[in-house]
Amino acid sequence: MIRVILPHHLRTLAKVGDEVQLEVSGSATIGQVIDALEEKYPVLRGTIRDHGSQKRRPLVRFFVCGEDVSHEPSETALPAAIVKGEEPFFILGAIAGG
Amino acid sequence: MSAVRLLVGTRKGAFVLTSDGKRKDWKVSGPHFAGWEIYHLKGSPVDPNRIYASQSSDWFGQIIQRSNDGGASWETPGSTPEELQGEGGMPKGESNKFLYDGIPGTHMWYDGTQHPWEFKRVWHLEPSLDDPDHVYAGVEDAALFESKDGGTSWSELSGLRQHDTGPRWQPGAGGMCLHTILIDPKNPQRLYIAISAAGAFRSDDGGQSWRPINNGLVSNFMPEPTAEVGHCVHRIAFHPSKPDTLFMQKHWDIMRSDNGGDQWTEVSGNLPSDFGFPIDVHAHEPETIYVVPITSDSLHFPPDGRLRVYRSRTGGNEWEELTKGLPQKDCYVNVLRDSMSVDSLEPCGVYFGSTGGQVYGSADGGDSWAPIVRDLPAVLSVEAQTLK
Repeated sequence: MIRVILPHHLRTLAKVGDEVQLEVSGSATIGQVIDALEEKYPVLRGTIRDHGSQKRRPLVRFFVCGEDVSHEPSETALPAAIVKGEEPFFILGAIAGG
Repeated sequence: MSAVRLLVGTRKGAFVLTSDGKRKDWKVSGPHFAGWEIYHLKGSPVDPNRIYASQSSDWFGQIIQRSNDGGASWETPGSTPEELQGEGGMPKGESNKFLYDGIPGTHMWYDGTQHPWEFKRVWHLEPSLDDPDHVYAGVEDAALFESKDGGTSWSELSGLRQHDTGPRWQPGAGGMCLHTILIDPKNPQRLYIAISAAGAFRSDDGGQSWRPINNGLVSNFMPEPTAEVGHCVHRIAFHPSKPDTLFMQKHWDIMRSDNGGDQWTEVSGNLPSDFGFPIDVHAHEPETIYVVPITSDSLHFPPDGRLRVYRSRTGGNEWEELTKGLPQKDCYVNVLRDSMSVDSLEPCGVYFGSTGGQVYGSADGGDSWAPIVRDLPAVLSVEAQTLK
């Protein structure tokens, strides 16, 4: 079970609370977590990754265990603490003023 | 008993304002989608309780929302469990999927170089005149999309973007947006759209093919001021009973055409400034039109700090200022292109919203005004619905 913390506006869009929990089989990669998130909450499709290119949107960031993994390839395996649910996978909106 | 509903899009959410036919006491509902930019909301003329909303964010992109109960509740189209199962058994979730048809190509950038077409947001939603599930979307970077399944999925009417003038279209200050969509009620195969800064275009085959209709426009900021495309058209309006007569607020100049856009003539007349964004037509008088003059392209606020609507009862050229109830000193708001609308009661109601968060209404065709709300976020759009 992987825990994901979404930014405020995506929580209200998906009608979820502070944290969502996803089942991802095997070792789990960044891409698999986003795949599982979009499958469970289809309204989030296109909000984290671009619909066409499937690339991370420029003002969205991913953090795991205090590390910025936004620029890591989507097939990057996640640390055991994330896979076990001990630490959450953070999806953040970049600080961009306003 | 008649009633009016105003659909107000703002920088930080949507608001629904309702009143009975007296249009004196208003109830405010919202914010809906708090914190998101709501560029536009519009109801179906067939079923006024079917409303579409464009919700967007620089962070999280485009969302389409739909209401079937007049804005009381909302859903992203196609989000029921049954609808979410595609052919392969995987969820669809495609109501915000706006993909250009084919390889998008390039348009002109601010510096004159070519720049790839990139989808950013939906500026305007225009429900069709005969089917609540059929709706058009005007987007940035400029293109026209349509949905025939209530916003669940979208396809591009790419004959417009693929017009051979496309590489010469360029963004205005607000981006390269398709912001106006008009459907001819006498001939639904005839559509008009406008793009900043490309100009106006017309289709006579339901949106499959298009031609620029910019003869008569003069834009002195362009190397060739009377070029076929490149004009920064801010808004076009017509009266449904007289759809061949079009009125245009351009970057500068108020223009008029009496032949479906084939030729335009200037009707700015005695306005204190012919720069501005919205233009609209009285519900019962096809030659009565409204604009809100703005000082200049560099100074986006009313001349002399006095907020004035100007009305022409002669289809342009002769204008009267309407000031009763509007601030006549120290007012430095702007009124954006989709922020004016009329109801069809008698007398005609006229409404507009400002970047200062006020929505003003007039229940007497513009003779007098009163704020309906004063402190909303900056208003991006106002649409009036007359409920009978």
